[in-house]
Amino acid sequence: MSAKSKVELVHDHNHDGVDRRGFLKCMAWAGTGAFCIMQGGVLKSYSMSQMAQMAGKVGAGELSFVQISDSHMGFNKAANPDVVGTLKAAVDKVNALSTPAEFMLHTGDISHLSKPEEFDTVDQILKDAKPKDIFYVPGEHDMLNDDGKQYLERYGKNTKGGGWYSFDKKGVHFIGLVNVLNLKAGGLGTLGHDQLEWMEDDVKHLKSSTPIVVFAHIPLWSIYPEWGWGTEDSAQALAYLKKFGSVTVLNGHIHQTMQKVEGNVTFHTAASTAFPQPEPGKAPSPGPMKVPAEQLKSVLGITDVNYVHGQHALAVVDSSLA
Amino acid sequence: MSTAVLFAMTFGVAFAGMFAGAGSLPAAAQQTPGTTEVKIDNFSFGPAELKIPVGTTVTWTNRDDIPHTAVSTDKMFKSKVLDTDEKFSFTFSKPGTYEYFCSIHPTMTGKVVVQ
Repeated sequence: MSAKSKVELVHDHNHDGVDRRGFLKCMAWAGTGAFCIMQGGVLKSYSMSQMAQMAGKVGAGELSFVQISDSHMGFNKAANPDVVGTLKAAVDKVNALSTPAEFMLHTGDISHLSKPEEFDTVDQILKDAKPKDIFYVPGEHDMLNDDGKQYLERYGKNTKGGGWYSFDKKGVHFIGLVNVLNLKAGGLGTLGHDQLEWMEDDVKHLKSSTPIVVFAHIPLWSIYPEWGWGTEDSAQALAYLKKFGSVTVLNGHIHQTMQKVEGNVTFHTAASTAFPQPEPGKAPSPGPMKVPAEQLKSVLGITDVNYVHGQHALAVVDSSLA
Repeated sequence: MSTAVLFAMTFGVAFAGMFAGAGSLPAAAQQTPGTTEVKIDNFSFGPAELKIPVGTTVTWTNRDDIPHTAVSTDKMFKSKVLDTDEKFSFTFSKPGTYEYFCSIHPTMTGKVVVQ
């Protein structure tokens, strides 16, 4: 499978430019290291070797970055007694990418219990990563006991409110959102009025051709509400992004990779560097999932994202630690 | 009366004497009046709905392999983060229905009905 030549998939039955059947086919291949790029509404799949060739040609106007997530520093139960080791393996993976990442995103649950030594350890380990700029958004495990005061002291410089912010890289606009504060009983993730207002204003004057990357901890699409895997007011945020031709949403929290394409928006969740969690509904609860020790690294991973100026969407590639 | 029965009765009295007022029995065998337990496991509170008399102290114990909290929706009580095997106790001195949830995993909810 991984040696397949370029295949164009054009089953556009809904006439909305989204090749659903092709998309499902692409998703089936994802586990083998193939991946899909949407170009002009058509899904194209490439094998890893083809991508390696293309990736080597990144030049000016092109952007390459990495997303890591859910390092849960401090976790030490059966599902992974060595989260330090697996985070270091993730850093090694980042450093070995054929196209060097210019910076990293960490989509939260940096620590497991919001302890200072846990944050310190992650900072120490990430110092060995080649990309020196790291942009964070908090997970619910990072805001324990103090409503996020410590997280903001460490990572909240130039952020607003609970830690949201935006920045630009090579013409791509990045928006870091916080959806783990003020969680209500029985509820999902929440962005809140202030943050939504800020976001509306933040994107108001951007040209619709500006590629947008939104990153937040809890998924901004409804994956499995029973387990809290969704954000109750994300529809409002996505409404503000309707005018843009390319929107990529990067999330964490669920400790497994998942992807959905809806019009111009590609939603993607990353694996954890600490422990996997079960697929929706496949276990009584979303807790840490134990796998045989020799399989652990194959269910943890990083996400590599590449943007080529002029392309319709960003190429999002997951790779496991082993 | 047979020797066996006499023997049992003597020991029965002796045993009762030993344990009266000692308060050292494990919780599973006999609960001190006024306390009750809620076990947190598998992302749920057990029992999810607890009915207790006024003055009872409820102790939440986390048996899950992930941290949880117990926070009342009306701000009456708020545990710190409980890692595996950590506990939090609260005494309910007023009658009423108290809904609570885990502030880290808010789909986890529970209720204490105090009568």
